[in-house]
Amino acid sequence: MKEKIFINARIIDPSQQIDENGSLVVDVNGKVKELGKNIKKSKFSTNAEVIDVKNNILIPGIVDMKAFVGEPGFEYKENFRTLSQAALAGGVTSVVTMPNTKPLIDNVSMVDFIIRRGRDKASINLFPCATLTKHMEGKLMSEFGLLSTRGIIGFSDVKRTVQNTETMARIMDYASDIGVLIMQHAEDYELSKNGCINDGEISNRLGLQGISPVAEKISIERDLTLLDEFPCRYHINQISSKQSLDVIKKNKDENKLFSVGVSINNLALNENDIGDFKTFLKLSPPLRTEDDRRALIEGVKTGLIDVIVSDHTPEDEESKRLPFAQAATGAVGVETLLPLALEMYHNETLSLNKIIETLTINPSKILKIDKGTLEKGAAADICIFDLETPWVVKAGNLKSKSKNTAIENRKLQGKILMTFLNGELVFSQ
Amino acid sequence: MAVSKKTSAVKNLPKHLLGIQNLSILEAKKILNEAKEFIKLNRSKSKKLDILRGKTQINLFFEPSTRTQSSFDLAGKRLGADVMTMNMVNSALKKGETLIDTAMTLNAMHPDLIVIRHQDSGAPNLLSQKVNCTVINAGDGRREHPTQALLDALTIINRKGKIEGLKIAICGDILHSRVARSNIYLMNMLGAEVNVIAPKTLMPKSIERLGVKAFTDMKKGLDACDIVMMLRLQNERMQGSFLPSKREYYEYFGLTPEKLKYASKDALIMHPGPMNRGVEIDTKLADDINVSLIKEQVELGVAVRMACLKIYCK
Repeated sequence: MKEKIFINARIIDPSQQIDENGSLVVDVNGKVKELGKNIKKSKFSTNAEVIDVKNNILIPGIVDMKAFVGEPGFEYKENFRTLSQAALAGGVTSVVTMPNTKPLIDNVSMVDFIIRRGRDKASINLFPCATLTKHMEGKLMSEFGLLSTRGIIGFSDVKRTVQNTETMARIMDYASDIGVLIMQHAEDYELSKNGCINDGEISNRLGLQGISPVAEKISIERDLTLLDEFPCRYHINQISSKQSLDVIKKNKDENKLFSVGVSINNLALNENDIGDFKTFLKLSPPLRTEDDRRALIEGVKTGLIDVIVSDHTPEDEESKRLPFAQAATGAVGVETLLPLALEMYHNETLSLNKIIETLTINPSKILKIDKGTLEKGAAADICIFDLETPWVVKAGNLKSKSKNTAIENRKLQGKILMTFLNGELVFSQ
Repeated sequence: MAVSKKTSAVKNLPKHLLGIQNLSILEAKKILNEAKEFIKLNRSKSKKLDILRGKTQINLFFEPSTRTQSSFDLAGKRLGADVMTMNMVNSALKKGETLIDTAMTLNAMHPDLIVIRHQDSGAPNLLSQKVNCTVINAGDGRREHPTQALLDALTIINRKGKIEGLKIAICGDILHSRVARSNIYLMNMLGAEVNVIAPKTLMPKSIERLGVKAFTDMKKGLDACDIVMMLRLQNERMQGSFLPSKREYYEYFGLTPEKLKYASKDALIMHPGPMNRGVEIDTKLADDINVSLIKEQVELGVAVRMACLKIYCK
């Protein structure tokens, strides 16, 4: 491939504390060669391809720490090809995929399959997770060592939580020795049993069983207590309430090492948006109150929350066209992750740098991967977006195979223009 | 001319009775006034009208029900409609058919009214989006039971002359009760003051946001109340550890002649049925025609449902 020079770009790379207007050079191997304001076009071979970014913003390709791809078993919801298209259209170049497929990714042969399949069909960087426990039953730990050597990035039971404290203690103890990443969904099942939405006035009015924020808090408190004894690499997938944030603050103040994620849905929506039983807004963890939403944004701002994820959960229409209690949980979101996050820049609740940090270098650090940065020598995964263009989300235009977006008809500002993977153009508007 | 006809058809989209929450005060009063007319009719010798002649009413009951189902059945028949009652408890859903598919199947038979009872909150709302006819909610999950609240209101008006200014206590399993929710909305709307009384575990969080005062003590909650509505306590609540025992519940929350004294002197008792005698209500009290409106509730239920069918059927 030819050398590429991106000129007239506002380059934002929080991994190097860069936010400046300048150029970026990608070498023939698709790696970042140089960037900054002092690069003169004349210095480079006439052979190089020049891309005028027209003063739009150039950032490292986004790393989404939580997405579901339907292969194997749920190809009708999403496959590697459609997930790749959706991700790239959203400026996302690296995705951590969840293991709750059919069959589950909980053994070595499944990992080999998923990696081969991903290599053949996907056009993004895939980082597969395996289940935390065998069959996701919360009883026996997965083969952390063997699975890691085959290319597993982390271990998660996705929307399930290990309920047994002893099992969780053993998992964390074992994991602390071999250094694998535990990604926990925090929920106490007894407290959240049959729950559909946040417990409060809305659940009262809709007559739905509520899920108290305590179900999440108590699970986080337990794990963080265990973390004292067994300091492993521990990540909370998604938190949803102010109460959880208080626990996290207390523990981070004690200098405990762990990381925390939040879904963009919990930052952009609250329980009132559920309206008249909109099943596309049935999410896990559930949407909570406006106070919780604001607290979560503040949590991102102060660094209590490390990453923002899309929690991309494709579901076919049939599994959503049911009475609320029976409907499937989750919404697609990888494609709208950045534009929706930009809302917080436009309404001045978060800085642009902070938003990009939580979408690029922070997840990369937690995962210990060399993505989410434009450092010299890094793979040139690049997202170029414009900050201002207004547009309206239409499910029909989404590239995902499933159209269950939680933000249908939402007016957003800022659009992905181009996405590059290893220096190659893989998406353009 | 054809064009104008079309637009008027669009304007007259079928309207549904999904819950008291969606009802305006004018609509509620209209139903109650209409129902008053039917009380006399139901007591007369010839009860049959032909207001709904040629109309088809389907009663779609996904949950077992005796009084609501028979009440809607009779109401439709007395108005001259062709009524078909489908007991769905052991039906197509067991074969994997979804609610929407069932709705589409029935819709293809061109009914004018579907009366639905479903265990999931919001099921009638979903149904109403998919069918062309009127949908009437006969109870969904723990959300709403609008015709029960309307018949309760009619019963109170029939005895007390009005609802405005009355003090009404609703006692029992508020958390799981659609009857309580619909009654809270309607009694509030019609100008009553509403107290809810329940053990803490059966009291929903932030219930005050619905415009009621919450009590865990019958003595305080019943103080000066004109109407005492008791709710059914379902047996499975003991299993979920909501309560220690039926005996303890009766001791603190069961309505006895002694506890009734806390309420106003001429207080009247209501119960949506079916009753657990000796659990939530003293058996003699329930049958005392001087204070109990329970039989009247059943009687007026038919009148209220006739009014709803008449008003909502296009």
